[in-house]
Amino acid sequence: MVSGTAWMIWPENPALSAIVLFFIVVPLLYAARRPMQGLFRSMTRAFSNPLRLGARWLSSSAVALRQRNRLVLLAHGREEAMKSIEREFERVTAVVKRDLHGYPALQRKVMDEITRIEEDYQKCGEVPPPPPEWTKAVGAIAKIKPSGDGLVERILSDISQSIDEIYNKVVAEYRRSYEERHKILKGFQPFWRSLEQTLGKVDKNITGLQNSAAKIDAQVEKVQHINANLDKAEHALGASASIQFSISGLVMLIAIGGAFVNFKLIALPMSAMVGGGDYITDNLQASEVAALVIILFETLMGLFLMESLRFTHLFPLSNVNEKMRRTMMWISLTILLVLAGVEVALAVMRDLIVSADVALKQSLGNAAAVVPMDASWMMKIPTAGQMILGFTLPFALAFVAIPLEYFIQSSRSVFGTGLVLGFRALALLLRIVGLFVKQTGNALCMLYDALIFAPLLIERMVVGVRNKGGLAPVGEAPFSKRLSEAERSKTGEHG
Amino acid sequence: MRYFLQIVLLLSTVLAAGACADKKSHAQAVYFLIDTSGTYAQELGQAQALISYVLGTLNPGDSMAVAQVKSRSFSEKDIIAKVTFVKDPIQVNAQKRAFRDQVVNFTKGIKKGSAYTDITGGMIQASEFLKETGSGRKTILIFSDMQEELDYQTVRDFPIDLKGIRIVALNVTKLTTDNIDPRRYLNRMAWWEKRVRTAGAEDWRMINDLEHPERIFEARH
Repeated sequence: MVSGTAWMIWPENPALSAIVLFFIVVPLLYAARRPMQGLFRSMTRAFSNPLRLGARWLSSSAVALRQRNRLVLLAHGREEAMKSIEREFERVTAVVKRDLHGYPALQRKVMDEITRIEEDYQKCGEVPPPPPEWTKAVGAIAKIKPSGDGLVERILSDISQSIDEIYNKVVAEYRRSYEERHKILKGFQPFWRSLEQTLGKVDKNITGLQNSAAKIDAQVEKVQHINANLDKAEHALGASASIQFSISGLVMLIAIGGAFVNFKLIALPMSAMVGGGDYITDNLQASEVAALVIILFETLMGLFLMESLRFTHLFPLSNVNEKMRRTMMWISLTILLVLAGVEVALAVMRDLIVSADVALKQSLGNAAAVVPMDASWMMKIPTAGQMILGFTLPFALAFVAIPLEYFIQSSRSVFGTGLVLGFRALALLLRIVGLFVKQTGNALCMLYDALIFAPLLIERMVVGVRNKGGLAPVGEAPFSKRLSEAERSKTGEHG
Repeated sequence: MRYFLQIVLLLSTVLAAGACADKKSHAQAVYFLIDTSGTYAQELGQAQALISYVLGTLNPGDSMAVAQVKSRSFSEKDIIAKVTFVKDPIQVNAQKRAFRDQVVNFTKGIKKGSAYTDITGGMIQASEFLKETGSGRKTILIFSDMQEELDYQTVRDFPIDLKGIRIVALNVTKLTTDNIDPRRYLNRMAWWEKRVRTAGAEDWRMINDLEHPERIFEARH
């Protein structure tokens, strides 16, 4: 083994040995300066250049990926907006078909009601017949001055009596006439009400149409922005995708929780159907896999149901005709119902198994005193609860198709953005490491020069004397200088 | 959507491959050896409680047997009860009840302990039974003071084969002589551990605290 003092010329005097060795080594180091510094530079470049190349590749990939993400995002946004416009047009068409289709009839009804009101109004305006002509004669007789003649007085008295009777008759006639007109006016009310309701309905439909038109306008504007390739549209779509991703992810987590409860509910009774104690993998029992398959099947049927109901668009069902779509919907619903029924049966079986197990453990624990199971209706509540849970959970799981669609669609944008960020971060890291390696090489060269400062100083002095100008400037830098942009483009070198 | 389908396909393939690959048995087989010799026969009540506990932990497909240790125990006649549970969990309960009844009847019938204690013979018999079951996890539970006493004709001083079997000694009571010199007890247990490990046993444990029977099947860390 080599001793720690082997390098010493005088082992008893390490300092002197070091100084002497330094003076021996320095000329050698000076002589080997260029190749040694070249070696340092080559070695550090061997590391830093690939790192820099990698960083550049990652940066350019990030740019390309970002561009690709942008295209995908805009295409997706355009598709969504077009779907939305399509839906609004469908709504408008439905409103027009349902309500505006009956407008001629509605108009006729309104016109009839108005005509009837006018007729009634005309009837109200009918003036009662004027007082008879003989009232003038009565008036002339009334002007006769009382002369005290008994005959005349008697005639006048008779006339007065007759006039009173006639007056009463006329007044009664007038009252009856006004009563009739009041009745006609009262009869207006339902027509007015009907007219008001009809016009209100029309107003509501028109407002609905206006709202739909506003929504269509907004979506069209969005499509215009997307087509114009505006950053605003990209930012809006990106933010929307992130929100959709988060919300749908949260909903999916809740659904997974529901699926887990469902799994726990049917895993035990499935062991009675497919046999307990059979394993598919080290920790996965056949009964658990069977339960999982049932749950996945329910989810799949839910997906098809939602797809055929046009709630989701995960599968290319656009080329499936309406009849086929309806058939698909009924088949999925039927299978889902059957599976829900199976789950109800499994829930009952689970309860049976658990009860039997509890009873067995009680009997094993104390063979003499087995507590009989209480058969009251309260004991049936958990079973009923399990049955209800078993029936409803498959349908609840069916709705997972909606968040799943949003999750899949938004995950493309979110993961794409994440990948771009990752590429950029990695590029930055590679750049920093490359720079560090490069600077380490420079530092080594400078350290080398510092070690051989004495011969370098002598060299400068000699060169200075030769040039007759005192000390010569420091010679070639130990590391290559940074090139300007023009030099780089000229030489094609990077750095 | 295409990616989603690809993932589903991949998962199905992995699952199918896993299904084809896993051929080893996951069933458990337990052989319970009860010492009925001498004064240890008094401990049968505890043994019965422990058998009930073990019975409660077993699953469909598992096997269990209870045998007694007496003067010579390498015989099928010493097996009191044995069962391999069917796959249906409801039927398993009936099997467990019948098994429990067999054990109860046996413990009621024990009047007097045997003169000698052939633990090795019982272990060889247990090993034979456990290997026949083909279970993945095999355990011998020995309910005894582990004091082997053989008559002069019985030969047990030869190597035995306990490969892949866990041995758990339960309720190893201290004898009067152990109380006088505890080294006898410690040496006895060390001798048994060495013997079963030499025989290729997977594990050797001793559990005297029967308040925690769940420790019987706990994996050793």
